[in-house]
Amino acid sequence: MAEESFLTDDFLRQLINVGEVDILVGLPTHNNAKTIGSIVHTIRSGILRGFPRERAVIINADGGSRDGTAELVTGVSIDDARPASNLYALRTLHSISTNYASSPASGVALRTILAAAELLRAKACVVLSPESANIEPEWLSKLLRPVYDDGFDLVTPTYRRHKFEGLLITNLLYPMTRALYGLRIREAYSPEFGFSGRFGSQFLGQNVWNDGTEGAGVELRFTLAAITGRYRICQSFLGEKNHVERSAADLVPALRQTAGTLFSALEPDFTVWSEVAGSQPLPTTGADREVLLDPLRVNRKRLREMFSTGIAELESVFQSILSPSTLAELQRIARLGDEEFHYPAELWVRTVYEFAASYQKSVISRDHIIQALAPLFRGRAFTFLMENRNASADDVENNIEGLCLEFERLKPYLLQLWKSRE
Amino acid sequence: MREMIISELSQALHEIARNFAHFLPRLIVMLILAFAGWVIAYVVKAVLRSILRLIKFDKLSENAGASQLLSKAALPSATELLSRFVFWVTWLGFILLGVQVLGILGLQEQTARFFLFLPRLFVAMFILFLGLLGASFFSRAALLAAVNANVPSPRVLSLALRSIIIVFVLSIFFEELGLAEQTMLVAFGIAFGALMLGLAIAFGMGGRDLAKRFLEKRFVREKKTESEDELSPL
Repeated sequence: MAEESFLTDDFLRQLINVGEVDILVGLPTHNNAKTIGSIVHTIRSGILRGFPRERAVIINADGGSRDGTAELVTGVSIDDARPASNLYALRTLHSISTNYASSPASGVALRTILAAAELLRAKACVVLSPESANIEPEWLSKLLRPVYDDGFDLVTPTYRRHKFEGLLITNLLYPMTRALYGLRIREAYSPEFGFSGRFGSQFLGQNVWNDGTEGAGVELRFTLAAITGRYRICQSFLGEKNHVERSAADLVPALRQTAGTLFSALEPDFTVWSEVAGSQPLPTTGADREVLLDPLRVNRKRLREMFSTGIAELESVFQSILSPSTLAELQRIARLGDEEFHYPAELWVRTVYEFAASYQKSVISRDHIIQALAPLFRGRAFTFLMENRNASADDVENNIEGLCLEFERLKPYLLQLWKSRE
Repeated sequence: MREMIISELSQALHEIARNFAHFLPRLIVMLILAFAGWVIAYVVKAVLRSILRLIKFDKLSENAGASQLLSKAALPSATELLSRFVFWVTWLGFILLGVQVLGILGLQEQTARFFLFLPRLFVAMFILFLGLLGASFFSRAALLAAVNANVPSPRVLSLALRSIIIVFVLSIFFEELGLAEQTMLVAFGIAFGALMLGLAIAFGMGGRDLAKRFLEKRFVREKKTESEDELSPL
């Protein structure tokens, strides 16, 4: 009943009119008028093709769009999708939009979708990103079928990516999540995922909504909750992940959403991850990961310079976070030339673990700890780019696997740091 | 004549003896108060030290940058310093109470002033500590933001911000204590004005190219050629 208090009366009235559903598609938006029309069209096509007999609803949780996004979601007619697919839904397909706040907050958006799913008793749900311009109708089936037909509780995606895309995922989030929680989830933090109604309801009841972070990284919390709650998880290959243009300034928010969320989850999840050794693969539909090798122009020099500047300028900050030996080693490699520069996997893992332990001890402001990780990540990214300049897809995969094993091998070091709280 | 002298002397001796008899109990009370004050102050110091250690006050002080200042001045740790400060203030308070019992003219007013000054002293100390904590936090935030935004000379920026906050906090500290209010106000005005003028001149003269590049980057949209932007971290 607690959820009813934050949902608007109008939204509740619309949900009551819908009744119960089998499939729920959640669409969090904020000023996505340019892409939302085609995405809703694709969603409708996906439902028509994959679930023509099921009762389905699209729930748009809008964070105060001023470009008419919400109207576009509710305005797209089912008839728009029929000529292309030549299919007909046997049930009414509802589209409901609600404005949850005047500014976007991913946590509130997901909470709204989960509350709607619980009220509508949805069996299988999927959340899609309005920024995924290359979304295909098949994505719905790929994310929903394992839940609807096979009884999985969470379906995370895998993508076809360029070997240098998503470096934060491949160099930190994937290997660390895998080492700590023991499951090889490629995309633990993704804007697209499918889940069961029962897991959604369970997560909705967790006390994660009022921690002052406005839901930053809530998608990762969702995945971690599925792992710690021992829900059935699988992966589904969706295809190519479209390239979202980002600036260098996006790195710190990305670190907050991934590393920050992961570090903050380690304390409540200690009893789970401290018992885990090694890692297990997940049931996966399609490829585990596909790598694109197209040439990509990257300013490596800038990454290298920002690493060295960070090491020099943030020495006093690093002294609070890192052990003297790790800091000395980082200072040594910061002085090396471009050709000799190498940020080895072992040092990177030790760096990340020491950051995680310092985060837990709050040696300085936790947000400052996350910000201080950015220049070091740039150094690691530089090494990854150099190591894999001419690497084949298999070589890249082997390098990532090597890093993952290093994270697993050094896990006792994190436990040792964790236990030496004083 | 002789009898008169003896009588006067005797009277004087009686007077002294009476005054002494009148004063002695007060002196004993004062000594008892001073001793009791010492015991109470010692207990307060021990309890406070334990509480401060429990809440890791030294760590907080380190984060505020106060520990570094104390270390440079060859002073003990923040916990020890604050414990000793509270000990002396408490004991001094009891001694002054004892002195008041002695009934010495003029001292009573000074004692009353001391007790009226105590709350201001604690408020001033609190402001100073919070100010140092704020200066440390905001200067570190500026340093991290500048490093991650690739702004040139991030440490200078951070130091400038820290200096501004500390100057501001010190002016409030002295104003709260009521020490040389006018002097501090003028000194603050001069220091702050000089800092701002210095920054303006430095930015205007020394950083013309930098300012130009910054404004161009901020307001003129150029086609990106080769940059880190092409890499998505997620």
